[in-house]
Amino acid sequence: MFRDKAIETIDRASLDKLQLLQLKTTFTTALKTRFYEHRFRKTPIKSADDIHSLRDLEKIPFTTKDDLRACYPDGLLSVEKSRVVRLHTSSGTTGMPTVIYHTQADLDNWTELVCRGLTACGVTSCDVFQNMMTYGLFTGGLGLHYGAERLGALVIPAGAGNTQRQLQLMKDFRTTALHATPNYMLHIMLKLDEFNCSLDELSVKKVFLGAEPYTENTRKKIESFYQIEAYNCYGLSELNGPGVAMECVHKTDPHIWEDSYLVEIIDPETGQVLKDGEEGELVLTTLKREATPLLRYRTRDLTRIHTEPCPCGRTHRRIARITGRSDDMLIINGVNVFPSQIEEVLMKRPEVGTNYQIVVDQHESLDRLTIKVELYAKLFEGDIKDLERLRDAMKHDMRSTLLVGARVELHEPGSLPVSEGKAKRVVDLRKEV
Amino acid sequence: MAKQIRVFLDNKPGRLEKVTGVMAAKNINVRAMLISDRGEFGIVKFLVDKPDLGIVVLKDAGFAAAIKEVIAIRLEDKVGRLHEMIEFLSSKGINISDGYGFAGQAVFCIETEKWEEAEKLLRGHGFNVLTDQELYEI
Repeated sequence: MFRDKAIETIDRASLDKLQLLQLKTTFTTALKTRFYEHRFRKTPIKSADDIHSLRDLEKIPFTTKDDLRACYPDGLLSVEKSRVVRLHTSSGTTGMPTVIYHTQADLDNWTELVCRGLTACGVTSCDVFQNMMTYGLFTGGLGLHYGAERLGALVIPAGAGNTQRQLQLMKDFRTTALHATPNYMLHIMLKLDEFNCSLDELSVKKVFLGAEPYTENTRKKIESFYQIEAYNCYGLSELNGPGVAMECVHKTDPHIWEDSYLVEIIDPETGQVLKDGEEGELVLTTLKREATPLLRYRTRDLTRIHTEPCPCGRTHRRIARITGRSDDMLIINGVNVFPSQIEEVLMKRPEVGTNYQIVVDQHESLDRLTIKVELYAKLFEGDIKDLERLRDAMKHDMRSTLLVGARVELHEPGSLPVSEGKAKRVVDLRKEV
Repeated sequence: MAKQIRVFLDNKPGRLEKVTGVMAAKNINVRAMLISDRGEFGIVKFLVDKPDLGIVVLKDAGFAAAIKEVIAIRLEDKVGRLHEMIEFLSSKGINISDGYGFAGQAVFCIETEKWEEAEKLLRGHGFNVLTDQELYEI
């Protein structure tokens, strides 16, 4: 099933032409932001007229997450505030989140891309779509919500968590399609008996998985347990959120919507553009965004582009499953967490030392984050209540900074392993899912 | 006023042993000990014969340790005396946050945030509050 067959099956030459035109438009839009206006004063490409072919893209410098942070709150806004209808922010370090603004046209396009992906997997207006992702600043909830609504499906905005209620909704409204993190699907699996629910009572046929990396084996496990089809979604908040790339019924990795995004794979060390099929870091340029255009945004996700065409007939290329990150970002129950954010929270507390350890493991199929810190010996005054207050305060700070819960443990001075590099501070005990 | 040493320790085998080892090596005699478990960590409270030396050697050994005041009261070893003392403190609005007794000697140690006030009240009411030297020499 196609949402827009002409654009989804467009031939490469026409797509190239379309992309070049859109790239020029995006460049002109980008120049209206303080950030890009300043950046392109001294580069070989100063205006859209300097872009003659898609190969000229390589002359444009990369945009990074740090650039986005530095631009907070409006250095990357290219339209009048009155035209903006929504914003999404993600948590950031040094008190600096990143923000993406959307005009009504931006939201319409995002919704359309999600709608296109859902259609490619066979979702129709007859479906009951239960969205089990977090709503709010996190893009996962609203992104799929509006896409499924536009399709005409009955959308249940269940939000994340509360498994008992999720199962009740599935039963009462005969939910046919779900949107969830793979870990949450595994978690529900363990809870069916507890909530006295049997699979025969459910009508679920499909699940859209996203927000965290998982393996093909996990997909198979979810499919065979629930007897449903599981589809892979890719997205990141800087590029709207979910719907950047989505699978079709063939389940051979997500098609990246190339009328809206220019795709490059680069060597994360050298920045050199790699050929299709070679593994590297995914770099994306927005082609339709008005409020916050991004040129050559480094996603830090490692992947490759499939070279063989998909049997569905779509010409938009597919990206392989994300194999890792070119930075130290952790994904905890679908939420992006940087060790530097954790460090920053800890360093505000003089009562704890500078050595710490981040441990990630799993409990009932959900990720569990534990932060171990050393008490600073000189500030210990002997009061157990002070220590408990300190521990609770750090737990609270972690949740408000990371937007995900964490356990905080106090340890003796000098008891945690001393690490030279940042990466060593992270102990990831999660089994591969 | 008697002094108690408090040490912050990881709640795992082998840690307490290090503390008692450090004190034994410096000829410090432990008279009483109490462990409060708080999950991944615990606080161990010691009454020792040389608290000022004790705290120095523990800090030198890298431990997070501190000195806190406790009130040690020698009671007549008979039914109702402990109750009388506790009733007296509660009538004065003094809350006991922790306490432990030495059987045989009938010494009861209490911890309270209002320790200065509590000590004055107890002495004024005729309770036998021990000096630090008296306590350590029991």
